[in-house]
Amino acid sequence: MKVIILGCGRIGSTLARSLVRDGEDVTIIDRTSTAFRRLGPDFKGKMVLGNGIDEEVMLKAGIKDADAFIAVTNGDNTNIMSVQIAKEKFHVPKVIARIYDPIRAYAYRELGLQTICTTVVGARLIKDTLLGKELGAMADYCALNPEDPVI
Amino acid sequence: MYIIVAGGGKVGHYLTRALIDAGHEVLLLEKDRSRADYLSEDLGEVVTWGDACEVSTMKEVGMERADVVVAVTGDDEDNLVICQMAKRKFHVPRTIARVNNPKNEDIFEMLGIDATVSSTKIIFNLIEQQIETDEVIPLAPLQRGNIEIVEVDLGPKSPVVGKRINQVVLPQDALIISIVRDGHAILPNIDVVFKEGDSVIALVNADQEAQLRAIFAESH
Repeated sequence: MKVIILGCGRIGSTLARSLVRDGEDVTIIDRTSTAFRRLGPDFKGKMVLGNGIDEEVMLKAGIKDADAFIAVTNGDNTNIMSVQIAKEKFHVPKVIARIYDPIRAYAYRELGLQTICTTVVGARLIKDTLLGKELGAMADYCALNPEDPVI
Repeated sequence: MYIIVAGGGKVGHYLTRALIDAGHEVLLLEKDRSRADYLSEDLGEVVTWGDACEVSTMKEVGMERADVVVAVTGDDEDNLVICQMAKRKFHVPRTIARVNNPKNEDIFEMLGIDATVSSTKIIFNLIEQQIETDEVIPLAPLQRGNIEIVEVDLGPKSPVVGKRINQVVLPQDALIISIVRDGHAILPNIDVVFKEGDSVIALVNADQEAQLRAIFAESH
């Protein structure tokens, strides 16, 4: 599977290394070259320097034949815009955006984008751990309910 | 009309001022505290400190009541999200986004933004027009610049001077709207003979503008 990851922060670099270890074809984009240090010296994937919402950068990363596009920069709106470009313009079959803001994550999930709100997931995991509960299914952690107090 | 302007940079600042002067109900959202304070000294109560990308801010300012939302921050991704949330979540009938990178114009249209304004593109076009045209002056771009209304001033050496209108073969997607002679508009019927000093107002597909120029302008 050819995967493009936008954002080489902690999540992006960890995800990239993990996917490469599984034998996937990974390209990671970041606008600062120092971010690629997180990948370690023996990273086997491709690295592309540039602004992730710029079409040329996306093309350079091989968006035309990508199977998946994952946006995990620290900017919610950058992630939202880039996955929409990947989905609507380049018809990438699988796109996922990490969104910090639960409300924006919920709103765009309603609009048909696959969003993961790490704020909500993290808060729920920590709460269950704190209360000594048995950890539930991942789907429950990722669920976004407008009635939920965290949203 | 109730207009919400998102982003209090220079564009947002002067746009808000102009809208107030035109008698509209305006609200300007600026997320930087000190910038917001500065703006409210000039514009008064219409300035609200808050992040226009945040739904809580949108609710606070009564976005569902807005007739138009204009997003003019310096970040295209913020402008996109502001407009999309305004439209989809608050059902604002018209959204306008400033596009900083001209390449994003198509994407914004694809993603449902009603109108975009690209200052880069506007200035680029102005410069292009200065360089490229002698006699053909673009008056108005339509359909995102795909179609243009142009004015062609006929000089003494224009190849069409003395010709009847039906003797001139126009590019396929061009149409003469009017001929202005001595300050009067003449309808383009077949009896019209082009004269030196005429201004021909035409509608033309942007990629045929050069062809149109070749037909009307003086040969160099």
